[in-house]
Amino acid sequence: MINGFKEIYKNPNSSTSRKIKQKFGFSLIGFATLITVIPIIAIVLYIFIKGISAISWDFLTTFPTDGVKAGGIYPAIVGTIYLTIFTAIFSVPLGIGAAIYLSEYAPDNRWTRAIRIAIINLAGIPSVVYGLFGLGMFVIFFKLGTSILAGSITLSIMTLPVIISTAEEALRAVPQSFRVISISVGATRWQTIRRIVLPQSLPGIMTGVILGLERAVGETAPILFTAAVFFLPRLPSSPLDPTMALPYHLYVISTQVPGMPVEIQYGTALVLILFVLSLNLIASIIRSRARAHRQW
Amino acid sequence: MQMTKKWNEFFLNWLIKISGYSAIIFVILIFYFLLREGLPAIGEVSISNLFSVRWYPIEDYFGLLPLIAGSIIVTIGAALFAIPIGLCAAIFISEVSPRWARDILKPLVEVLGGIPSVVLGFIGILILAPYLRQLLDLPTGLSALAGSILLGGLAIPTIVSVAEDALDSVPRSYRDGALALGATEWQTIWRVTFPAARSGVLTAIMLGIGRAIGETMAVMMVTGNAAVLPIKLNSLFLPVRTMTATIAAEMGEVAKDSTHYHVLFLIGVLLFVISLGINIAASTTMFQQRKRAERILS
Amino acid sequence: MRIGNGDQVADYKIRVEHLNLQYSDGKESLRDINLDILANTITVLFGPAGGGKSSLLRVFNRLNDLADVKLISGSVLLDDMDILDPKLNVITLRRRVGMVFARPIVLPMSIRSNLTYSLELTGEKRASVLDEAVESSLKQAALWDEVKDRLSEAAVSLSGGQQQRLCLARSLVLKPEVILLDEPTSGLDPISTGKVEETLQELKKVYTIVLVPHSVQQAARVSDFAAFFLQGELIEKGNGKELFINPKDKRTEDYIMGRFG
Repeated sequence: MINGFKEIYKNPNSSTSRKIKQKFGFSLIGFATLITVIPIIAIVLYIFIKGISAISWDFLTTFPTDGVKAGGIYPAIVGTIYLTIFTAIFSVPLGIGAAIYLSEYAPDNRWTRAIRIAIINLAGIPSVVYGLFGLGMFVIFFKLGTSILAGSITLSIMTLPVIISTAEEALRAVPQSFRVISISVGATRWQTIRRIVLPQSLPGIMTGVILGLERAVGETAPILFTAAVFFLPRLPSSPLDPTMALPYHLYVISTQVPGMPVEIQYGTALVLILFVLSLNLIASIIRSRARAHRQW
Repeated sequence: MQMTKKWNEFFLNWLIKISGYSAIIFVILIFYFLLREGLPAIGEVSISNLFSVRWYPIEDYFGLLPLIAGSIIVTIGAALFAIPIGLCAAIFISEVSPRWARDILKPLVEVLGGIPSVVLGFIGILILAPYLRQLLDLPTGLSALAGSILLGGLAIPTIVSVAEDALDSVPRSYRDGALALGATEWQTIWRVTFPAARSGVLTAIMLGIGRAIGETMAVMMVTGNAAVLPIKLNSLFLPVRTMTATIAAEMGEVAKDSTHYHVLFLIGVLLFVISLGINIAASTTMFQQRKRAERILS
Repeated sequence: MRIGNGDQVADYKIRVEHLNLQYSDGKESLRDINLDILANTITVLFGPAGGGKSSLLRVFNRLNDLADVKLISGSVLLDDMDILDPKLNVITLRRRVGMVFARPIVLPMSIRSNLTYSLELTGEKRASVLDEAVESSLKQAALWDEVKDRLSEAAVSLSGGQQQRLCLARSLVLKPEVILLDEPTSGLDPISTGKVEETLQELKKVYTIVLVPHSVQQAARVSDFAAFFLQGELIEKGNGKELFINPKDKRTEDYIMGRFG
């Protein structure tokens, strides 16, 4: 190694020097990659190890007791599921519709560029600002109160950019030649979309939807003032009811509850991670199966 | 039959067009509602108060500067941490690693990006902060440093994914040309591929920074929430408060339509404008670069 | 349209008069084209690349609407229908004029679905009608025997030549009056090419065929009538056999002889 440094000092541009620099450089960025990847794997494993002891059938299906210091997290799980379903109901049609517009209809002009800038902006707005917006518009102005409805609509606007951009990419990936053929046998633009473009891009669109919902599942700030409550003795009975939710629950029990048993905290974190990871897995499976079965 | 078909198609086309424009509608709506609840603060609180260095709402001190400074310091810290590591990792994954490694690493990084910030904040409280406290002999580990590290960790996956895509789309011929002239792969990466992907890399950085600025939960949980102006050199190691954390932490306790309530919304307006600015800057560079590339390549 | 002249009676299927076409990007425009296409014949539009042949073909089924057209003037009549009329129902037009493209592009569906696609667009659902259309079009394209037992297989599993004949069959399903073919055999081996050319000779008894060939030789082989295009202008037109043996314009002769291309 010392000889290596000597060589670089003497002839910085000799081919040996360059090879040594390359080796050094590669190790450096390899190291950077390790820093990127290893801590997260470690964190997930750590949470798994520390939290698995808390997971039991009871934990997943019963209500919290003793404040929230014991018992299960059932209502939080159900609440998250409700929120996800309603978010999907609002964001999926709107997102796919917008993607279809951008990919199949939109002319190349100033207005279309404005739409794209708006989408980028929606993607960049801090999640807590979404919470404020949801509070101001849905909870207060539309008088929905703290409710699943207010929370999901807020979440769905936040999820829109992800769905729109992945869906648009999936639509554009369908070869233009299919559209030309369809038109040449007398199809209208919508018939072409409905019968060929949409079915062929469905896997890609679904991947985008699932990835978008995955983010919605884990977000706390947007539901802080719009849907989430700390504790409910009963499950919500209508979309106008507030609800418990996993990410909010984790936040509260790790910061606001003195004497909170650590296993339950880890257990909650584990359930949340498993939720998110399984959505990710589903998306990956859809993506690879679609690639294998593609007829173009 | 033809007539109803025509009407159906017309209705559908109209629905699709509205969906397309919905993004613009929402941006306008968000801005409107933020202003609606936030502008009254300008009337209720003097400008000198807003620009003061004390944030103590209970006694009517609404100085925004410590919050803004808190956000800045944590974001800069995160950027210093995330940008070099993120870019290096992106280069490694796209240029250096063998095919099999890439097929593992790329999805892995995507999964990383999906970890909820509240989980990272949770780990931050239980592990990172005590560790920092021990390591650096601090009164509490909850500090700007902890926030920077976590934010950096959140921003890295974004930077890596986007930059990796940008590097990947540099045409093969660029690399082949450089190698044919006798450059090592290392030299090729830094002198040819990386500069060629400049705009994509810049976008990656901006998106990552955007994510860091907008982050709420993780920051709130580990930065200690002391709204002091971090002007001293060791402020990095002391508790600090960001704009996002302030809103999240205090919104639950304010009375509706109180001055405090309005000021929190005002902070929201500020955050909205900042992210708008970054995004417009990011998109203009993206569009400009694309136009330039199109001119060069045509 | 029938134009009678004593004993000589000619059926004009498509009449082009003073057609001018310009695209916004300036490519492949057409200048003052006058051409008559007779029914039940094979008319060949040939010439070097960029001459406007494909553009003209695409006018006949208004596929040029998909591109950025800056200017279009003149008249193009299909029987009595004015193709250039902006109020024209192009869907109806495209059912009367079918098209086969250069590369065999099959839809990502089964062989059968590829063929029933255009019928289903019209709302036709009856299995008997669909089945009959599938069989009849495949027979006309000389493909029926090869695929009759594999109709539900994916169309992409066919060979290149079979795919192109499938595209030909697809263009016949709606029982059009005119078939347009844009270099239909350019990717095919000589045997498949021969099969397609044979089929065209059979088809012209029922349909009117307009073809852009992928070689001068093909043009000479199949044409009843031929028209030579050079840089957007129609240089010479006439009876197929005569034009290739005895071209009147020097430019036509040079191209046929291979002196440029």
